[in-house]
Amino acid sequence: MASPTPRERPLSPHLSIYRWQIPMLTSILNRLAGMALIGGALAVVWWLGAAATSPGYFALVDGVITSVPGDVVMVLSVWALWYHYLAGLRHLYFDAGHGLDIATAEKLGLACIIGSVGLAALTLVII
Amino acid sequence: MRYLTDRKRAEGRGAARSGTVHHWYMQVSAFGLALIVPTFVFVFGRALGGGHENAIATFGRPVPAIATALALLVGMQHFRRGAQVVIEDYTRKSTRKVLIMCLIVLSYGVTATGLFALAKIAL
Repeated sequence: MASPTPRERPLSPHLSIYRWQIPMLTSILNRLAGMALIGGALAVVWWLGAAATSPGYFALVDGVITSVPGDVVMVLSVWALWYHYLAGLRHLYFDAGHGLDIATAEKLGLACIIGSVGLAALTLVII
Repeated sequence: MRYLTDRKRAEGRGAARSGTVHHWYMQVSAFGLALIVPTFVFVFGRALGGGHENAIATFGRPVPAIATALALLVGMQHFRRGAQVVIEDYTRKSTRKVLIMCLIVLSYGVTATGLFALAKIAL
């Protein structure tokens, strides 16, 4: 059966009026972080490819990645990585059946946000 | 009236059409990446900005090379399945199919390029 041309229907407002809550915030941040990491992956592969190509090309790529905008991208990537990491652990914890009440879920969500900033800072200090 | 017989439902593997395969893969790869990623971040972070000779020396050694290779392999497969769910959430019909195909091609392309670079450095 062919589907008829869809009519324009009114949508009820959502983001504009629904109050933000921690579980939904952590969820969408997790998705954002995960998708954004493709940028970091491309940068890493570009860098490795340059190292395998020639010292000249490597100097160029290394220069771009360690330039100021490059550094900004790398710092954000590290943050996104740690955030996705912690949120992923939170998901595995939920999958095991633990912490599924609202209070615990919210605490863990907050821990992901705060922890990711801390781990990112720690990483930048260590490396 | 239920048009789906038990067998059809079993073969179709549920509404998500992947049964438990996707979820299990994400769980396993998440666990693996939980081990791999800190190692990789440490290795790569140290090597970044350290010069070409240092980069070649670092990635020529087995542990950094293997950690990076695994991070790329497992990471990109994890990314691919995760991003596929995202695409399926926000698109329909042809757009969805095309985007998923591009995603899969990109994921394999990135993996292959990275692995080639590592092999070239290490061998």
